[in-house]
Amino acid sequence: MKQVQSNISRRNFLKITSLAGGGILLGFELLANAGAEAITDAPLFAPNAYLSIDPKGIITLMAPNPEIGQGVKTALPMLLAEELDVDWNKVVINQADYDKEKYGNQSAGGSGAIRGRYEPIRKAGAVARHMLIAAAAETWNVPAEECSTENGFVLHKASGKKLSYGELATKSAGMPVPQNVSLKDPKDFKIIGKRIKNIDNKGILTGKPLFGIDTRREGMLYCMVSRPPAFGKKLKSFDDSDTRKIPGVKNVVRTEHVVAVLATNTWAAKKGRDALKVEWEDTGKLESTSDHLAAFKDLIQQKNEKPDRNDGDAEKALANAKKVIESVYEVPVLSHAPMEPINFFADVRDGKADLYGPTQVPGRAIADVAKALGIAEANITLGLPRQGGGFGRKLRSDNVVEAALISSVAKAPIQMIWTREDDMQGDFYRPNGMYRYRAAINANNELDGWYLIAAALNAGRAAAADNFPAGAITNYRTDSQGLSSNIQTGPWRAPTHNAIAFAEQSFLDEIAHELKKDPVAFRLELLDKAKNNPAGKVNYNIDKFRSVIDLVTKMSNWGKNTPGRYKGFAAYYSFNTYVAEVAEISMQNGKPKVHKVYCAVNCGQVVNLSGAENQVQGAIVDGLGHAWFTEITFDKGAVQQKNFNTYKMMRMQDAPLDVEVQFVETNEAPTGLGEPALPPIAAVVCNAIFAATGKRIRKLPFNGAFQDK
Amino acid sequence: MASYTITVNNKKHSVDVLPDTPLLWVLRDELNLVGAKFGCGIAQCGACTVLMNDNAIRACSYPVSAVGTNKITTIEGLSENGDHPVQKAWDEMDVPQCGYCQSGQVMAAVALLKRKPNPTDDDINAAMSNICRCGTYVRIRKAVHLAANKTGK
Repeated sequence: MKQVQSNISRRNFLKITSLAGGGILLGFELLANAGAEAITDAPLFAPNAYLSIDPKGIITLMAPNPEIGQGVKTALPMLLAEELDVDWNKVVINQADYDKEKYGNQSAGGSGAIRGRYEPIRKAGAVARHMLIAAAAETWNVPAEECSTENGFVLHKASGKKLSYGELATKSAGMPVPQNVSLKDPKDFKIIGKRIKNIDNKGILTGKPLFGIDTRREGMLYCMVSRPPAFGKKLKSFDDSDTRKIPGVKNVVRTEHVVAVLATNTWAAKKGRDALKVEWEDTGKLESTSDHLAAFKDLIQQKNEKPDRNDGDAEKALANAKKVIESVYEVPVLSHAPMEPINFFADVRDGKADLYGPTQVPGRAIADVAKALGIAEANITLGLPRQGGGFGRKLRSDNVVEAALISSVAKAPIQMIWTREDDMQGDFYRPNGMYRYRAAINANNELDGWYLIAAALNAGRAAAADNFPAGAITNYRTDSQGLSSNIQTGPWRAPTHNAIAFAEQSFLDEIAHELKKDPVAFRLELLDKAKNNPAGKVNYNIDKFRSVIDLVTKMSNWGKNTPGRYKGFAAYYSFNTYVAEVAEISMQNGKPKVHKVYCAVNCGQVVNLSGAENQVQGAIVDGLGHAWFTEITFDKGAVQQKNFNTYKMMRMQDAPLDVEVQFVETNEAPTGLGEPALPPIAAVVCNAIFAATGKRIRKLPFNGAFQDK
Repeated sequence: MASYTITVNNKKHSVDVLPDTPLLWVLRDELNLVGAKFGCGIAQCGACTVLMNDNAIRACSYPVSAVGTNKITTIEGLSENGDHPVQKAWDEMDVPQCGYCQSGQVMAAVALLKRKPNPTDDDINAAMSNICRCGTYVRIRKAVHLAANKTGK
């Protein structure tokens, strides 16, 4: 058994447990996130807690982080339930509102929730379990060591005595808080690592109001907003005379940047918004994608004197090479387009703000709203509904601030809803980029030089320079060239990786073919080199990389092909997780069809096998769809793809029939999982297309290369 | 404004709305049936899918004035206890990630199975054109087959 310090002070515990109705209520975020000062200063009656057990036996577990489809509303309480030792089917799970003091970092991003909370949450469950045992031992007058727990009961096997957690709740509250608690040995896990269904399935499948957009409050007005039609324009003036004639429209208000129409239903709000006559004025350059691409073409020819990474002398290796392979890769701008359009409920009156809606960063949102409204954070509450996707869009708080400002001006509770067109024009997009690779092949037919110059929109560091194959090539250099733009860019699922993995993993495939080597064998050779004779620092674990490559080659029967079927391969490391993928495709009527994708993952201990598999399958479909069909372009600051009729998303007919996922078995602490399976898939499929056709895809989306003949 | 009486989930409702109001906003804003979702407003994504009689329609682009006496079924009216074979199959396969599109996916599958009780993969490709931004298509496909098996028994 593993011993860990619990660090809960007796004094704090008593404060925490001084709650109406008795029972025990444990706050354990302090274990993870705060020092002793914060603990002793915890306010009286503060519901500083992640789990509660009431005397009637109701066990409530709090889900602290925003649920955006990544599964943490199920997986985080699983950690708690495991160490508490309760029957999963009998617990109540509640989504926590935002509360920094109680729950620490409540964000959804960077594939970080499970990584960050794995041990602290388990400790909290273990502390509670030890106190329940202590209460039972005292009741029975037996040593605590003779007691055990099972499914919400404390047992004394020698005497056959048994008490439920509910029966022990009140007494447990008075037990001393253990200083050291033991966590379960992973071999004893009953919940962690098992297939557990999404705890909101029932609500989702019966149409319950789980999402922000479903919010209905007394006196609430529906709100649609007129925003600038292009980057580089701002609001000058407006005429709302036609808007105010529309039945249902109640008010039109202006904030500094936008005009908002408030109505008794969404349709009237939309009609009113569309009837506004708004004059916009230019504030800056009206940029087009063609401008960006022209600039990229120049930038990738320019050395940056401050390289992101520089091992050996890549320029010299290229100058002395027997052969130089040079390729330019290109990826487009993407929109996040979460299925649930941007929205937020806000009720700002009398210096207080009541907020409820989709955000990946509630803490930042509250800080930004406080600043925008000039009120204290303490006067703002923010509740977290289930969210219809995030993908990084809701790492920005613009929607929260906008709704709060409108409500504040209108002095009314509002639900602001963006249309899909608003969303496509108002995003913080995945930046487009261009990547010029040069590889030096020396006289011994070895890859001994690599030089990437990467250019991307608003990107300081356009490449993941320390990623494999860094460390495996003697002369290795990566330069970034950012292009500053007034078009908003931001993190999109697996930022940077989602673009660079396509270019890098395709280029490695090119080199393997040039050297007449099997693409998998070529990667393994490079990993051997990184292990035995590394060039510079190696930022990845070579054994873990090998673990997924070995597994996926077995899963996919790599090297053996059914006639008419072709395979492509890539492996990638991000968010501390290792992923290797193989796609099996055929060409049908001159177009690729992806039959099956195999994916091997090393992400440490899997928490929820069903959820984890779903994340990996989804990330692969997401990455493949965007690589295949999807791009945003700008014309004078205006988005040219306004909705899903022109912004093409993956649909059933193009999705792989199956995505087989296997996880490397390990009990190491979990690493990220929401993102890592996405980056490599574009190259995996494009490498398979090369195997099938000899055609090298260097520009996404690749649908453009297979138009109807 | 104009008054319409429509039958939703076997109940008659009278609403007073603008004549061009899409059925989706009548369901969501007037009848407080929020299971059908807004996703695109142009009948592309299918998040708003409901049944009109036995056919799937995209409520975001279907004016309430055109509903007439046709019977509308939303996900809330699909079963008493959430135990329609398609709902059960979706739960069994643990399909949802974010879950936002899934009520539309379920309704599209219900309509497909009414027409073709044992759909092939090609049938599924043709009928299930709803977008799932999370990419749960592999599980959706399995759930449709599973629901077909459940219904067939």
